[in-house]
Order: sequence, then structure tokens, then C-alpha cells
Amino acid sequence: MNKLCSMKEAIAASVKNGSSLVIDGFTHLICFAAGHEIIRQGIRDLTAIRLTPDLVYDQLIEAGAVRKLVFSWAGNPGVGSLHALRRRSEASSPERLELEEYSHFGLLSRLLAGSAGLPFWPLRNYQGGDIAGVNPSIKTVRCPYTGQELATVPALHPDVAIIHCQRADVEGNAQVWGLLGSQKEVAFAARKVIVVAEQLVPTEVIRKDPNRTLVPGIIVSHVVHEPWGCHPSFVQGFHDRDNDFYVKWEDISRQPETYRAWLEEFVYGVKDRQGYLARLETGLLDTLRAKARVCEGVDYGY
Amino acid sequence: MATENASASERMAWRAAQELRDGDVVFVGIGLPNLACNLARATHAPGLFMIYESGAVGAIPERLPVSIGDPSLVTDSLAVVGQADIFQCMLQRGLIEVGFLGGAQVDRWGNINTTVIGDYANPKVRLPGSGGACEIAVHARRLLIVMRMGKRTFVEKCDFITSPGHRMHGKTRAELGMPGGGPTRIITDLGVLDFDATGEAVLSELYPGVTVDQVRAACGWPLRVAESVRAVGEPDGAVLQLLREKLDPKRLYL
Repeated sequence: MNKLCSMKEAIAASVKNGSSLVIDGFTHLICFAAGHEIIRQGIRDLTAIRLTPDLVYDQLIEAGAVRKLVFSWAGNPGVGSLHALRRRSEASSPERLELEEYSHFGLLSRLLAGSAGLPFWPLRNYQGGDIAGVNPSIKTVRCPYTGQELATVPALHPDVAIIHCQRADVEGNAQVWGLLGSQKEVAFAARKVIVVAEQLVPTEVIRKDPNRTLVPGIIVSHVVHEPWGCHPSFVQGFHDRDNDFYVKWEDISRQPETYRAWLEEFVYGVKDRQGYLARLETGLLDTLRAKARVCEGVDYGY
Repeated sequence: MATENASASERMAWRAAQELRDGDVVFVGIGLPNLACNLARATHAPGLFMIYESGAVGAIPERLPVSIGDPSLVTDSLAVVGQADIFQCMLQRGLIEVGFLGGAQVDRWGNINTTVIGDYANPKVRLPGSGGACEIAVHARRLLIVMRMGKRTFVEKCDFITSPGHRMHGKTRAELGMPGGGPTRIITDLGVLDFDATGEAVLSELYPGVTVDQVRAACGWPLRVAESVRAVGEPDGAVLQLLREKLDPKRLYL
């Protein structure tokens, strides 16, 4: 089945007021294009879930789209803070965001349980520290074989998962290489999956390298073709991380005025991703384009 | 070689690198630990096995990674795996020899706070949170803490224990059944703290020109001092040149 549609259509059909949502990616493959479309559509009251909410989650918070954040590390990686999040979560904030926090392995375990069809996931963690004390979802269980006490977290089933990949076919068979983050667990845990592809390829290309498929099309509801949809994040083999932007973001986002001005110019002020790309500094994308490091491939013969 | 004296960051990166042995499997965190690991690999520990939380296993990055998810960690790595494999098969399975952490607050037991300053429900400052730090502190066989000293960072009691040290709310690691070995050293800009048999931090090394009184003044609890305090060496000109010109030319961490 051909599931190809525009980002606008995929978001409108899948993300509703009050939805729980993951735009996944661990520094790699973070689909900023999806976050910006959600902001433009004015969707509210989201439960935004990700191990590492970064700039695009902060933008969703600043735009008023998020009611609750479920996370394990919230910052501008390698640079500094998420300022909209801080403005909404410190004692001085007038309107507080609801936070539910884990460590990375804890939140990942919630997704593992969700992806495996189990009610909970055990992990050897959380003894002694204060995280379990502020999060009632973290409980313990006694192992029936060894008697050891283990921490547990409940399964998580996000309403929508948005997975950016290097290439996919129109059915949503998605191939990923480089850093894999928790994309597989997020996709299988979710109720609905949107695949966003850097490159759209015929199914024969997917079939030539089946080990590379991270997300099978049978769990995918929409496929969007959105090259450069991850800028300023990166896509291995396609383009580098725009580190200068992450550094500049610290200044843009510290004051609400400059933050709002940026959102006006690059999110509200454009129709779609093409509009965003057209507003970037001329020549920037060429400087970010990846230098080729092609692997030789493997033999699937028998 | 004519080189200006080492800065605090350079001293810490160099001293931290001395903790790494050739062949150690190290879970590399961002910031100074990242620099220390890459320095060790470029000098005395060419076989250092670097694992990054992002999924890169046996990474040999060509450039200093700006974040722990830099694309240069992938290129030429021995393996790239999902994060579930990193946390379950590498960390929880007990394969990590050395972990590195820093934070906003540390106490005498090596407990670390990266969650909030102030009350959890009404924080004065909201910090990033645990990330993988809590599980690194639980599972690594040796944990190195790298932090600048000051009364606001070396505190009597952490506002929040994100990553457990040797003693948490009166309970020891053994009592809590924690698999890893806990903190072995705190490397600071003034000197180095070891941990005694009870799990308490003890000043054991000083940088040239730093006095015990200076260190005590920068510590928020009555700091114990070892009977004989060793002098920490300093990076030589060749190491400083390597740090400044090759490993961190853009001064991301130095």
C-alpha cells in the first residue's frame, strides 16, 4: 500500500490535541520538520516523550504545544540548557509544565516493555538515589528465581511515533544506519508510526539489504519524503550536524523575545520545510553535506 | 618547549587521562571526560576501548566530538548498536570498567546531583537530569568524578541524588545490592580526592602551588586529608601542545 503523503497530511491525520507523541532520535535523525508542522497546526496539550528532549521539544514547549514532558535528559547537547523548559519548570515560573522523569535506561525500559508486548520491564537500577522517590511509576519486583529485588517501569505506548530514516519505500519499510537511538523500540511501542525519509527508494532497494531495515512497513501508517527534515540535527551519510546552530541557539533561546522572533521567522512564517530551508543562510547546506564513506556491502546469496 | 602553564581544565583532563589504562573499556561522557579519554588514547593508552551512550562501540573519532552523538563516532567504529544494547548488554551486563561523571553537586560519599538545585517540586534551577549517569554510577566497576571545586559544588548534602555514590541516606552500596564499585576518585582543579574504606572522600593529591587550606576552603564539608598528600604531576609541553593543537583546537572544553 502506498502511504506517501505530505508532512502536513501525516501530522493532521495522526497528532491530535492531547496526544502522546515521540519524535525520536538520539542527536541523530531528529525530525525538526515534524515538530515545526505540529507547531504550525496549533496542536495543544501534548504529552511529549523522549529520552533526550532537545531543541525541537523546547520549541514545542515555547509554542505552547506541550502539557507534559516524559524524559531522562533535557538539554542542548554539548552546549547548555533548554530555556523554554527551564522557564516553565523552575520555582519562578507562572505556568508550570508537568514533568515525569527517568534515567535513560529507565525510560528506554518503558519503551522496551511497550515494544515487546509486556506490562513492565525489570532493570537493575535506582537503588539509593532519589529518582524513584519522585516518580511513583518506578516500582520494584522480587525475582521469582533468585529472590533479588529489581526496579520495574510500566510499558509505554505513545499514540504517535515519528521516525526519521535515511531511506524508505512508499510502504514505510525504513532503513537506518549510524546511531540508532531508541527508534526501533519507540516504533514498536507506539500505536501509530509516521516514517519520514531522507530518500524515497523502490522496494527492490530495501530488499537488497534487508538487515538494514529497522522499522517494517507493516507497523507504519504514513510515509513522508522530507530531505533535510532533520536540520540542525544530522543524517549519517547525508549531512553533518549544524553545530554552529546549536551554539547560536543558546543566545536565541535565552530571551523569550528573540525566541519568539525565531519561531515567527522559521516556523510560523513559512508554509513547509522547503520554506524553512529557503530561509537558511545561502550555501550553508553545502557546507554540511556529508563526504562519502561508502561501505562495500555484503553477500546475501545462498 | 616554550609553553604557557597548564590551565585548570588542561590539568584536570591530563590527570583524568592518567586513570585510564591501555585496554580499559570506558563509558565516555561528554565534556572533559571525552577529552581525557581521547588524550589517553593518543598517548599512553592507544588500545583504550571507548563506548559512547549514543551507541558507538570501539569508537576512534577523527575530530573531538561536540556531543556524545557526533557522527564522527560512527565512522570507523567497531560496532554501532541501539541504546537498549548499550544499557543492557554493555552496562547492565557488567562490561564497563570505567565510567566518568561530573555534576552540579557532589557530596563526601560521591553522590552526584544533575537534577535540580533546590526543592525537586519547586526548583531554583532545573538541571538536565540523569541521562545515563544514574546507571553508569550503579554499574561501572570504577567511577571517576571530574568536577571543579567550590562550596556550591562540593556540598554537605546534595539537593537531589541523581547518581549514587558510596552511601545514600545512610545505606551503603553493599546493603543496597549495587553491582558496580562506586566512585574511586574525584579529580578537581585543585587536587584529587580518593575514597577510604568507609566510602568517604579524602584529599590525597595536590597540584603544585595549591595548599591543603585552599582545598578545605573550597569544600562544603569538613574535608578529611590523607596522612601523606602526594603532589600531582603536571602535563608537559608535548601533552599541552597535543591538547591545544590537535585534540581541542576549537577550545570546546579547554
